Amino acid sequence: MGSQGGIGQSKEFLDLVKSIGEARSKAEEDRIVIGEIETLKRRLVEPGIPKRKMKEYIIRLVYIEMLGHDASFGYIHAVKMTHDDNLFLKRTGYLAVTLFLNEDHDLIILIVNTIQKDLKSDNFLIVCAALNAVCKLINEETIPAVLPQVVELLGHQKEAVRKKAIMALHRFHQKSPSSVSHLVSNFRKRLCDNDPGVMGATLCPLLDLINRDVSSFKDLVVSFVSILKQVAEHRLPKAYDYHQLPAPFIQIRLLKILALLGSGDKQASEQMYTVVGDIFRKCDSSSNIGNAVIYQCICCVSSIHPNPKLLESAADQIARFLKSDSHNLKYLGIDALGRLIKLSPEIAEQHQLAVIDCLEDPDDTLKRKTFELLHKMTKSSNVEVIVDRMIDYMISINDNHYKTEIVSRCVELAEQFAPSNQWFIQTMNRVFEHAGDLVNIKVAHNLMRLIAEGFGEDDDTAYTHLRSSAVDSYLRIIGAPKLPSVFLQVICWVLGEYGTADGKYSASYITGKLCDVAEAYSNDETVKAYAVTALIKIYAFEIAAGRKVDILPECQSLIEELSASHSTDLQQRAYELQAVISLDAQAVENIMPSDASSKEIEIDKSLPFLNDHVERAIEKGAQPYIPECERSGFSNASYLNSQDLHDVPPPHGLRFEAYELPKQPSVPLTTPPISIGSSNELIAVPEPAYDRGNQAAVSVPSSSNSGPAEVKLRLDGVQKRWGRPTYSSSSPSPSAAPSQDTVNGLTVSNGATSVTPAISKGRETTYEPTRKSQVVEISPEKQKLAASLFGGSSKQERKSSLGGGHKTAAKPSGGHGAETSVKKMAVPAQQPPPPDLLDFGETTVATSGPLIDPFKQLEGLLDMVEPTSSTKNHGDVNATKVPDVMATFGDTATAVEQGGNHFSSIEDVDNLMSGLSSATTDASSGGGIATPQSTAHISKGPNLKNALQKDALVRQMGVNPSSQNPNLFKDLLG
Amino acid sequence: MGIRFILMVNKQGQTRLAQYYEWLTLEERRALEGEIVRKCLARNEQQCSFVEHRNYKIVYRRYASLFFLVGVDNDENELAILEFIHLLVETMDRHFGNVCELDIMFHLEKAHFMLEEMVMNGCIVETSKSNILSPIQLMEKTS
Repeated sequence: MGSQGGIGQSKEFLDLVKSIGEARSKAEEDRIVIGEIETLKRRLVEPGIPKRKMKEYIIRLVYIEMLGHDASFGYIHAVKMTHDDNLFLKRTGYLAVTLFLNEDHDLIILIVNTIQKDLKSDNFLIVCAALNAVCKLINEETIPAVLPQVVELLGHQKEAVRKKAIMALHRFHQKSPSSVSHLVSNFRKRLCDNDPGVMGATLCPLLDLINRDVSSFKDLVVSFVSILKQVAEHRLPKAYDYHQLPAPFIQIRLLKILALLGSGDKQASEQMYTVVGDIFRKCDSSSNIGNAVIYQCICCVSSIHPNPKLLESAADQIARFLKSDSHNLKYLGIDALGRLIKLSPEIAEQHQLAVIDCLEDPDDTLKRKTFELLHKMTKSSNVEVIVDRMIDYMISINDNHYKTEIVSRCVELAEQFAPSNQWFIQTMNRVFEHAGDLVNIKVAHNLMRLIAEGFGEDDDTAYTHLRSSAVDSYLRIIGAPKLPSVFLQVICWVLGEYGTADGKYSASYITGKLCDVAEAYSNDETVKAYAVTALIKIYAFEIAAGRKVDILPECQSLIEELSASHSTDLQQRAYELQAVISLDAQAVENIMPSDASSKEIEIDKSLPFLNDHVERAIEKGAQPYIPECERSGFSNASYLNSQDLHDVPPPHGLRFEAYELPKQPSVPLTTPPISIGSSNELIAVPEPAYDRGNQAAVSVPSSSNSGPAEVKLRLDGVQKRWGRPTYSSSSPSPSAAPSQDTVNGLTVSNGATSVTPAISKGRETTYEPTRKSQVVEISPEKQKLAASLFGGSSKQERKSSLGGGHKTAAKPSGGHGAETSVKKMAVPAQQPPPPDLLDFGETTVATSGPLIDPFKQLEGLLDMVEPTSSTKNHGDVNATKVPDVMATFGDTATAVEQGGNHFSSIEDVDNLMSGLSSATTDASSGGGIATPQSTAHISKGPNLKNALQKDALVRQMGVNPSSQNPNLFKDLLG
Repeated sequence: MGIRFILMVNKQGQTRLAQYYEWLTLEERRALEGEIVRKCLARNEQQCSFVEHRNYKIVYRRYASLFFLVGVDNDENELAILEFIHLLVETMDRHFGNVCELDIMFHLEKAHFMLEEMVMNGCIVETSKSNILSPIQLMEKTS
């Protein structure tokens, strides 16, 4: 078939499609569609519309909705079309209703009947059409109406019906699991279906079921493994091959299922090792689909009970992904790395430079994926670099959805790993400053709480220091324009509590600032309320300290303004403020004790101090008080709730035990425990991460006082700062053996990456001849970044220990880092990398372009003649030319009328002259597509040369002006 | 549910085919399509074929002037979806012969029928080209 309409497509329809296709702008398209809506509204009410005509109208309705306009005026006609006896019309009707209606639409009830009838049809294609509709239109309430029939169809003789029936059941399970809970055995049964298509489809519901409840499907592990084995061994029909790989989509789904079943189950996992290992080995790593399967294998390996050999293969594949030029593979590599890192943390280090490249890549997708990875590998030694990077990135983007996500990650990491209070406060300041509106209010409360209580140390001077530094930083920030409300609340609160506490700032200075805030954000009542309360506190502390209070004029006017405020809350606060000012020191001391924000206030809800008063009143004849809940009769829910609120301690995300404790390293599972203590050298290697973590924690506070700007990770000039805390190896670390100190020292001197003599922990120690010469070429920024992210490279060679001391010494991983970086340095400007594997169209072929006469191509392009039976099968690489029976579809008359423009005559001439292509219009083929007739008359299949020419042609057409939109004719697979 | 929607959109941002596997209103679809296409058009050929958008991950692939966009959940194998797009194009190519944008426009319903065979409930259920096309061929024969 060609690009032109088939039998029965009217000129009107073809014209509509053509005009939509040629519309140059959205506005033009909208105009066409609006005109079309009017036409259809008129036409659809005409009596006696022929069925074929009606089908066309319905497709035109589909167009209207697809292009974003409402076609509800015609829905009913689509519903009616589902009643038609003709299969084609019926299926079109079903298609239209599934596109138009959601499952709760009123018209559905009219269709359910038809569906029921069609499910009983003798024609299996009608049954299939109905089952398609079932999957889209049946909701929870209508499930019972079709369920029995669907179940019956599970045993239908046609595999296509069984497949769709199982998917209908899947749909019911998605909608309402309880409705099919008694039918789960059917899914198991269909797994053993003779037809691979049905089996493959059944994996979808099974994956869902297993996701919900792993334990009840453990018995199927054997079956899944054996199916996967058979698939991988090419036992399925050839038709399921995709690019020579046996049923890759089925393999991928099976691997997903196995990942779930093997997770945390050693016994189940052991059954899988062989088959997964086989797939690793067999998969064609040069094709996309092969890599997709390999990636799924890695996901599986990292989910099931670890197996050293498989982990090693996975690591190798990850290395290959990361080294690839294809961004898609890098992306998968980073993702896979993030999965594997849980099992073998040391694997990241050999890829540090690759990871940093991805982090700095302008490609947003890759960058985000890399942040995800960094998030997973954050520890206290690198939290500063990572969080700073995240915040920098967060500031640079506009996408609020992702901003929110990354902010919450920053906060989470900062709360979990903060090396010091100062750093935490500064980080939070940056977060609030740039994304305050996206931060959960709880985070603000946590921050205030932290400033009030510290991280739980008992040291008073540390407290004071923390608070004054917070006050300092807020006074600096407070003048900035347009701060987020949440942040201002924190600022006001902190200034109120601690603004004058250390005596550095005078009360009038602080109150002035607070009044400025209240004035600048005069339409934010919450901020104003916080500001007034802060004023109250400042004045109260002044009075309590016996100092004389001068009220600034702007403060006075603020109070006056607020006492007349429409907000009763603000009014109340203003009056309270006035009341406090007029009190004496002793009274103030009682109502506003200094620094009592974190003291528990105990409230006796029975209010015993009123007892006397109450008794007296009752004696005088007053009615005793009846609690509200008793009065209203029902046990008051809100009362209970409010009680709950008081009793449940507020959830806090902060970890109050300060830093990540130097705990026993979670040594990779493969590490034999005996290595500890057996020799000094052996322990040294796995230790550093924690050791450093500890060091960092100790040394950081002093280094990070200097304000947010300081911590920011800028690549120019500031490099030393990130390296330092991690690498101050001079400070003795509690757990480090002397031998390790030298290792660290070496790392520092070498610029911290990839140079350290490779020490493979375990039975084998290999020394890599120094590669200093190459390392010099790594840009120092990257080295520093790598160092601060990955904590140096002394652990590099640990990978080799994974395989239990395999002989990996010959290929030191240190070399990898150097290699990548050398390449990096050598070709910084040479931009266009080799063409992306994944890009199919429109690349590379520039040279073949000029070979073809553009005019000839144009003629070919405009040749609207219907195609002939020369349809090729692109998928088969051997290019067997199986004539497609269905291909003859031609309606030359229509076509000529269609393409009938001034070129048609030339086309004929050209056909005659070219001589190569058959003389008849019919055979000229190509269906008006970009087949250059003179050159490509024989094969237009996957012939490479041909494809190149076609591609060139397509490019030519892109630039040649034409009365029509040439893009429409471009061969998609060209 | 893996696949949330499949779109075919041309370089000018005009929708050529849209199939959603979860219900979105007309306005939501319109907005979503506009945003996604803008995002994808802004990317160059070296960059990943995957883009995050709201809660979706979009896997896209360009054929001539036509973009194929598939919105998937987070835990989907992106590269496999990328190849699924190619399988879809190969299948259409087998049916139409040198398939081009206009084929899809003139035979919108058939393109949909193929998708109906390949994807149900957001899952890839059929990948054999002959299985996908045979119902359509039979249907054409009978009518």
